[in-house]
Amino acid sequence: MDTMRDRFATVTTELLDDDPRLALVLAVISAERFTGAARAHPDRVIDVGIREQLVIGVAGGLALTGLRPIAHTFAPFLIERAFEQVKLDLGHQDAGAVLVSSGASYDIAAGGRTHQAPGDVALLDTLGDWIIHVPGHPDEAEALLRHAAADGDRRVYVRLSEQTNTAPLPTQPGRFQRVRDGRAGVVLAVGPMLDAVLEATSGRDVTVLYASTIRPFDAATIHQAVARATTPALILVEPYLTGTSASPASEALADLPHRLLPLGTRPSELRHYGTWHDHVTAHGLDPAGLRERIDAFLGM
Amino acid sequence: MTASTASPGTADRPATATRVPGTYQDLLPLMSRMTGDEKHGPAATSTLDVLWVLYDRVLRVSPERPDDPERDRFLLSKGHGPMAYYAVLAAKGFVPLEWLSGFGGYDSPLGHHPDRTLVPGVEIGSGSLGHGLGLGVGTALGLRAQGLTGPAVWVLVGDAELDEGSNHEAVRYAAAAALDRLHVVVVDNASATYRRPGGLASLFAAEGWSATTVDGRDHSALHDAFTAPHPGRPQAVIARVEPKN
Repeated sequence: MDTMRDRFATVTTELLDDDPRLALVLAVISAERFTGAARAHPDRVIDVGIREQLVIGVAGGLALTGLRPIAHTFAPFLIERAFEQVKLDLGHQDAGAVLVSSGASYDIAAGGRTHQAPGDVALLDTLGDWIIHVPGHPDEAEALLRHAAADGDRRVYVRLSEQTNTAPLPTQPGRFQRVRDGRAGVVLAVGPMLDAVLEATSGRDVTVLYASTIRPFDAATIHQAVARATTPALILVEPYLTGTSASPASEALADLPHRLLPLGTRPSELRHYGTWHDHVTAHGLDPAGLRERIDAFLGM
Repeated sequence: MTASTASPGTADRPATATRVPGTYQDLLPLMSRMTGDEKHGPAATSTLDVLWVLYDRVLRVSPERPDDPERDRFLLSKGHGPMAYYAVLAAKGFVPLEWLSGFGGYDSPLGHHPDRTLVPGVEIGSGSLGHGLGLGVGTALGLRAQGLTGPAVWVLVGDAELDEGSNHEAVRYAAAAALDRLHVVVVDNASATYRRPGGLASLFAAEGWSATTVDGRDHSALHDAFTAPHPGRPQAVIARVEPKN
């Protein structure tokens, strides 16, 4: 099976052939995957060198001329390093773009903190108007990339990861999907967290919802699921900073007495290398870690 | 300063109700509508002559066709002290005169830093320094990718603004990409905290740009620099005006 990043390269190369409005902006990272596309479309495959501020500035400028830019590098360099450019060169200009990151929270675990961005979604949330896709499988990544490329002039973030679920689900931007029905509470699994959530809650009488698009936040489905549960409790399981979706979840449930448990990566820096598997376990996001905390929260 | 230069300090013809103010002499009275002051210090007018020469004689832009794909693009990167910009836009018919007196007010489209979504003819919102050049590079690339080789892209930056590192990402890349439709005009009022030895033109020249330095109050010299050919390379014009301090 190819990775999400592999799929990004093949799909984007195809989209560049099909849609003259698309342009790709790179800062060296992944450029070796686009040599053919760059030969075919030298004016629309743009590698600016190691210049992340310029990646976003160029994306904004391309959009102002009517193109639809796709900008890509590792998540910390794409979102965190050039955050003011994301805020001003895209948002403030009302310029559309698709930002595609790879590396997710700690795919590059051995690379250390410099190559990790567990706060990227929370950071984009401060801007309010980003559509945020968190695919859980390369097939979902492909569908969401195609959706994002054709999504008018909206500002869209696609967060690619090496962590995947075994099987893809249909993508429905704006809608959370019901994967399992239960009565004792509701668990929302985001992107690559689904397999671990299903294993952690096996034999438990809980509803499991799945989101491969976390913004917009599907408040209606959350409200309906929690309102139907005998125990009005919601557990968020996100593969990035703990509590990133706690605010929209609380808002969705404002009229319901409820309890909320947000799970994700802990905010303090984990000074360990290893693999992403090690980091999943260290943050308690493996099936055992999730099961322990979900059971305790639901009193099981 | 040459005979072709009208000093903004001597402008004395008031705007009248019977005529749309559209000359250089109208600019200071138009600025007064925003500031309420009769006189303006050098900082407020540092960009005035550069803006006027561009809008009056160089840029191919029209208030009737603000979205024309073939128009030249002028990006005010520094965003600070925008009264001169708004005055020029008003004089050229982009901005209604009655907007000027509301400058900075809650419902006014004219803020202390411009917002492209609120003001006709304004290509970018700016104010945080160091964003215009990157946007200008992207604009030049986008036009080139669509076969629009006619429009020129102009970015106005301040000399102190060039301290922002983002500019230097853009400067080298623009030369490497041979963006010969890209132009930068640096209004140099010596406000950078640390002056560059050898001057700003040498900075651009060292990166492979065509670069020249002129008197930023001399309309004829500005026009010559703005229209000089620079095949295969982006062009930087350093427009020197009175030091800020």
